[in-house]
Formats: sequence, structure tokens, C-alpha cells
Amino acid sequence: MADNQLAAAISGPKAVLQGPQGPKPRKSLSRRNIMLYGTLLVVTIYYAIPLYVMIVTSLKGMPEVRMGNIFAPPLEITFEPWVKAWAEACTGLNCSGLSGYFWNSVRITIPSVILSIAIASVNGYALANWKFKGADVFFTILIFGAFIPYQVMLYPLVIMLREIGLYGSLSGLVLVHSVFGMPILTLLFRNYFTSLPEELFKAARVDGAGFWGVYFRVLMPMSLPIFTVAMILQVTGIWNDFLFGVVYTAPDAYPMTVALNNIVNTTQGVKEYNVNMAATILTALVPLTIYFVSGKLFVRGIAAGAVKG
Amino acid sequence: MTTSVEIKNLDLSFGSVEVLQNLNLDIGQGEFLVLLGSSGCGKSTLLNCIAGLLDVTAGQIHINGTNVTWAEPSERGIGMVFQSYALYPQMTVEGNLTFGLRNAKMPKDKIAKRVKRAAEILQIEPLLKRKPAALSGGQRQRVAIGRALVRDVDVFLFDEPLSNLDAKLRADLRVEIKRLHHSLGNTMIYVTHDQVEAMTLADRIAIMKGGEIIQLATPHEIYNRPVNKYVADFIGSPSMNFLQGDIQANYFNVGDLRIPLSGYDYVNDMPPEGAAIIGIRPEHVVTDELAANAPFQIEVEIDLVEPTGSDTLIDVVVAGHHFRARMDGQARVALGDKLTIGIDPSKASLFDQSSELRL
Repeated sequence: MADNQLAAAISGPKAVLQGPQGPKPRKSLSRRNIMLYGTLLVVTIYYAIPLYVMIVTSLKGMPEVRMGNIFAPPLEITFEPWVKAWAEACTGLNCSGLSGYFWNSVRITIPSVILSIAIASVNGYALANWKFKGADVFFTILIFGAFIPYQVMLYPLVIMLREIGLYGSLSGLVLVHSVFGMPILTLLFRNYFTSLPEELFKAARVDGAGFWGVYFRVLMPMSLPIFTVAMILQVTGIWNDFLFGVVYTAPDAYPMTVALNNIVNTTQGVKEYNVNMAATILTALVPLTIYFVSGKLFVRGIAAGAVKG
Repeated sequence: MTTSVEIKNLDLSFGSVEVLQNLNLDIGQGEFLVLLGSSGCGKSTLLNCIAGLLDVTAGQIHINGTNVTWAEPSERGIGMVFQSYALYPQMTVEGNLTFGLRNAKMPKDKIAKRVKRAAEILQIEPLLKRKPAALSGGQRQRVAIGRALVRDVDVFLFDEPLSNLDAKLRADLRVEIKRLHHSLGNTMIYVTHDQVEAMTLADRIAIMKGGEIIQLATPHEIYNRPVNKYVADFIGSPSMNFLQGDIQANYFNVGDLRIPLSGYDYVNDMPPEGAAIIGIRPEHVVTDELAANAPFQIEVEIDLVEPTGSDTLIDVVVAGHHFRARMDGQARVALGDKLTIGIDPSKASLFDQSSELRL
């Protein structure tokens, strides 16, 4: 059919030409595409191999690990190392695995995320929409906080927490995480709210909405992307934190990352690589899941919030 | 006519930048006042001050006899319509209309009545359950007007409400706003940079420049008797022709031309003398048989022809300057044609050379 039309189009002047003319541009294996996909492939492998090694090793028994073929798939799949990492591995004298510390991390992360986002979003909203005297100075000081190295503040914070009686407790760590999240989150929210049309805010004021009315009923419902970004940043940041966890909590309240370190660095006995790998994957599972679930929203939110200064 | 909005000695500055200086303005009950000016003249700033969205530096604002200088926007008895519509995207049209009323804790049956009335007036009843994203530009602006309407306020503030619409829709909605004003009889303050909107809608126009009102008058007065060269140039499209010369013994001399000024209505009783500028609107230039009866005639050659359908604009040279004239759209003229044009000085405007004020 198509051939007939083409033949007709070529043969006679009476024939009507239809559709695009000329050969279709070839998309397949051009030199450019080979370079592009080749590079992408190499980078993908580079990042995927460590993960592959970890998963494979965690599914092997110790005798198989000792054979030293780290890239070989397991001859006999066993979930024993995972069970051990979760429930039996020893951190120092305590041999109850990571499970308890997992819940510690949950108890640290959830309140810290909620508290820091709640405060920072209102901060950002006030700085963007209710310009008070000295708002710019306040904002500059707050942003400056993002550039002070944590190490400078470690010891003073220990003393402060001790004085208010929160040192070594989960709530103390929650407080520290919330405070340290403040500069970057406030910046994020302020920039996002600044990018929303100002007339919307004005219209809401004319409609009689006050400070909280505008925030809860007009701006917050439009700000899902930026709340998602803030949540991802905070969940991964706080979950992955090691330094504050080890400094500000007592051994019973250690977060999962600190417990992982203790398991992996236990010096007596045999190095159980398979258990270590399983424990590490378990610890990384929460941020990993968050990224997979909300990656798209994350990118959109970052693009919306971070560009304008 | 009682006063609806009264602005007394209003100052507004952002830091060291003075945007409005000692501004006074009285707006009558039911009046349609247009604030007109080029961008940066302070017209939107003034509107925001009236709405209470900007804190004034000094001076007072009274609405319906109450001093509202420091009142919240919602307590001033105003409704505002914005250029970008500013509809709440996550609420339905109905939610948008009722947001202000719900904030004021109005009983539900009363809210329903208000919404019904506003929706009828603006013909947006079928849209009530939709989100703003599902509306066209014109529909959105209708909803935005409705949001001001349901609040049953005395004063409507419009901040360039039609600037985001395409030309045809703009003309349609302009007529609707005028009808709305006739039927409601509210005071309306309308900011625009579009002189056609200003001329068609306004009872009075306030022309602003550099934070000051330079002329406050009816559209007729502003068009026919602009107070200075800026206003004369700003109002009217195509814009006024200006020729520099001097006045001697009731004649305006430019180059070799002597234009008689008998019939011109001077601001002062004594006709002035000396350097001046004459301004003649292209549409006041007459041709053909009308030109024969005009007090001043001159033969010119056509330099450029711009047909617009209804009119034809021609460019000619008068006393060495480009000069535009409007002819009937049916006129058959071509480049290089010679014709006689007539000017009636009683319809012209004379300005002082240095102060540029009307003579």
C-alpha cells in the first residue's frame, strides 16, 4: 500500500504527495549514541557493583565467603546472615542485633523530621511574606549557620544539653537534629514561598486570612513538592547521621548507624562479612526506599525551591 | 456626591526611595476612578495603600468616613481584583468565592445566597465545582471579580485586571465591568496603563507620573484640555503631533508658517507671547472639502500610508517635521500624493516651551 503510494508519487505529476517527505532521520547506532550510552553504562556499573557485591555476600554462608570469590553469585542462598544481623549480632556485650537500634532511629528520625519541617516552613513563610524589620539580617545570620562546621559546636552543645537535662536522651538528639536542620530548610522554604505569586498572598489578606490562615489554608496546600523535598532531606540526613548520634546519646539510645559501626568494628572472633553486609543493607534500607518512592517528586521540588535566591 | 474614599497627604517610601509624595485624592460615592500612568508611576502602589497591603509612611486613608489607615485589608470594606487573578489553585471556584466569607464566620445559608447572586451576575454558575486550572483566562478573571462581589463591599479595587487577557477578551470584559458598575453602583478604583480602558470606563481619570497625580479630570477634559505636554502625549493613539515655534500677536509661527490662533481657549485671559509648542491630534486634522473651510490650510505631500481598516493614517511633512494625520478608511491615497490638510486651532493645545504647561 505504502509502496504503491510512493511509486505513484514518484511516477506521475498528478499524484498527491502525503505526509513527510524524504528519508526518515536514522536514530540507531550513531557515533554520538554509542559514546552516550557507553558512558552511561560504565557509570551505572561503577555504582552498581558495590551494591551487587554486598547483596551477593550477604546471601552466602561463611565458608563460601572465605573462598574469596567476591563477584561470584552464592552457590547456596542463605538468609541466616540477615537474621543474625537483625536479631543476634553483638555490639560490644549486647547481642540482640540491630532491631532495637532500628527502633531507636525511628524514634529519633520521625519527631526530628516533623519538628524541623514544622518550624522551618513557618520560618520560611514569615521571611518570605511577612517582611518584618531586620528580616534580612535575621535570614543572613540563619544562613550563616549552615556554614559553621559541626565540630565547633559539638562540645558547647554537650554542655547545653547537660544543663537542661537532656544529655544522653533521645529527646536531646531530636532537639539537636531540629536545630541543625533549620538553616538549610528555612532557606528552602523561604525560596519556595518567594517564588509563589505575591498576589495570592495579597488576595488572601483581603479575604481576611491572618498569619496562620494564609499559611495553613492557602500556601501549605500548594506546597507539597517542597514539603516532600524537605522530608527526604531530613529523613536521609538524620537517619544517616553518625556524629550526633554517638556524641549526644547513651549506648541504650544509640541510633542504627552507631550500632552498625559497633557490629562491623567488633574486633574479637571472626569477621563475619556476610553479617556485616546484611547489617549495612538493613541500615541503608530506609533512605533507599525513600529515594525510590519519591524520587520524581524530589527532583520537581528541588527545581521549584532552590533556583531563586 | 458624598465622599467614598478620601486620601489625605499620603506619603509612601521604601527606605530612601519616595514612591508617593503628599498625595491627596477624593473619590465620590459610586464613582469609577481610573488611575492611569506608565509603569513605575506609583499607581499600583497607591491602590495597594488603599487596600491596606502596604503600610503608609505618613498621611491618612478614609473609606466611608472611617479612618482605615491602620486597619487590616479585610476590615476596610474593599474587594480587590488582581492582574494574575490570584485564585487559590487548590480550591474550587465555589471555595474561592466563599473563602473570605468563611474567614468572616458567616452562616452557611447566607454564604450560599451570596454565592448564588454573584454567580448569576457573572454567569459562572456552571463553573462552581471546577478548579481554577480548568478555567480559561476570561473565566478566571470573572471568578476573581466574583470573589470581590460576594463580599458585598463598598469599594472595588482593580489592579490591571485585563492585562493578562487577549485583545478580544479584554474588550468584552471591559464592557462587562462597565455594566457591572452601572448595575451595582459601587465605588470602583481601577489601575491600568491602557488609555483605551481608562477613557471608556472612567468617570474621572487620575493621570500619575513620578508618584504624583498630574491631572484629575473627566476623560473628555483630559482628552481635549491636557494640562501639560506629558498628558497630551500620553493620551490619544496615534499620539499628538508637536511643533515648536513661538506665539506672536495671536499667531503661532513655525518656520515660514503662520497659524492663526483665534478661537483658541487660553488658560489665562491674556494671550501669551513667546516660545511655545503646539499640539495637534492626528484625528483633528481635516482633509478634502473640510480642509477648505478650516482656519489654516497647508498643502503637503504624503510620506507614508498606514491603513488600519477603519482609518487610514498618513505621514506628511509640515515645517520640516513629521506630522501624522488621520483620514477616512475609505480614502484612496498613495505615497507621494499631494493634498491639502486643514487645522482648527480651537481644537489644538498650546504648551509653554520650558515648563510644558498648558497655555
